[in-house]
Order: sequence, then C-alpha cells, then structure tokens
Amino acid sequence: MTIRVQTEDFDLSREVAALRADSPQVGAVVTFVGTVRDVNDGASVAEMELEHYPGMTEKALQDIVEQAKARWDIYDALVIHRVGPLLPKDQIVLVAVTSAHRGEAFDACEFIIDYLKTQAPFWKKEQTPQGARWVDARVTDDEALAKWDMPSGSGR
Amino acid sequence: MNIQLRFFASVREALGVSQETVAVPAHVATVGDVRAFLRERGGKWAEVLAEGKSLRMAYDQQMTDAATPVREGGEVAFFPPVTGG
Repeated sequence: MTIRVQTEDFDLSREVAALRADSPQVGAVVTFVGTVRDVNDGASVAEMELEHYPGMTEKALQDIVEQAKARWDIYDALVIHRVGPLLPKDQIVLVAVTSAHRGEAFDACEFIIDYLKTQAPFWKKEQTPQGARWVDARVTDDEALAKWDMPSGSGR
Repeated sequence: MNIQLRFFASVREALGVSQETVAVPAHVATVGDVRAFLRERGGKWAEVLAEGKSLRMAYDQQMTDAATPVREGGEVAFFPPVTGG
C-alpha cells in the first residue's frame, strides 16, 4: 500500500507500472484520476489551492486503504493526492487498485475515492472572477458514501 | 491541562489563527467542552464555533465527535466539511 501527498504532478502509466511490477498474480488494475475543472457552481475557476492537515491526511488515507483491503480481495492500492496551487486540467488525485479479477478492483477503487472525498482532511479554495471562495462540501458526496454503509461527517 | 489547537481552511481564515496551545480549566473534559470553552472568547470565536455550524472536529488527528475525552497534550482540530478528491 502506498500513500503520497505531494505538490508535484504524477504520471499514471509510471505509477501503474510500478504498482504491478512485482505482482504477476494481478489480473486487473482499476484507476481513478480526479482533475481540476474550469467551472464550478456557475463560476469560472482560474486557479485552485488545496490545503490539508499534515499528519492526519496520511493517517486517514492509510485507514481507508486498510478498510478496502479488509473488505475486498485486492492485492495492492495506491493513493496520490496533490496539494498546493493547481490550474484547470491539472491532475488532483490518483487511486489505483490491483486484484486478480476486475470486480473487486472496481468496487475497492470507488470505495476509496468516495471515502476520501468525505473523510480525508483536504479543502479546496477556488479563484473566480468574483474573488476567492472555499468550495462547499456536496450532499451527493455523502450520498455516495451511504451506499458503502459508512457513516458520514464527524466520527466513524 | 494544555491542549494543542489546529484550525484549517475557512475556519482558520475566519479566526485568523492556524494553531495555538491553550491551557484549559479542569471542567474541560471533552472535545465539545474545548469548543464551548473557546466560544467564551466571544466575537468571531463564538460565531465560528457556534453549535449548529457545520463544523468537523478531530482529536489526535482522527475525525471525532463532541463526546471524545481530551487529555494533557492532546491535539484538537476544527475545520469545515472536507472537499478533497
């Protein structure tokens, strides 16, 4: 399991190659890449700043990957999340999961990103023509979490 | 008892502070008590940490709720709902 919080960009091909390099038993790799959109809630977004809680962020991501490993028969998982200033089209997050068969990897990958969006301490601040604003949490993110029978919000 | 405080994102900006160490009186025993104690500072503290605000709390870097007990040297964080990913 690998967790990285970094300002630098990442290369999907290279990360996936490294993840399965020593694992001939892998038959499926599922990846999710989140990117910066140039429009959010009706305003154009020129730039974004991602803040996080150093220390807690890594623990929270580790915890979710461990939960995914306990719940699904997967071999390995990788989470990379960028912080600092980002521009539209930039990559923000990568989740990659390996397993013997696709079903487990698809579910575990979706679970990890759903959990991350509501439980890992990251916050986005957007620069718009109307000024800077903190992005509001989405109700749909909590709804996405509900399908995994996970309590959202404070506590777990 | 000394508690480490951490504030993030909109909460950090509204309070104008990212971290501090605070000595709390003996009756402050839980994360919720810390929040109430800080509200007594009044002004923006009373406003930002008011009950009913959609505020998240962490104790020793784990998401938690108001009932969690605090200990000497513990770290209590306040922040808005998270928006990563």
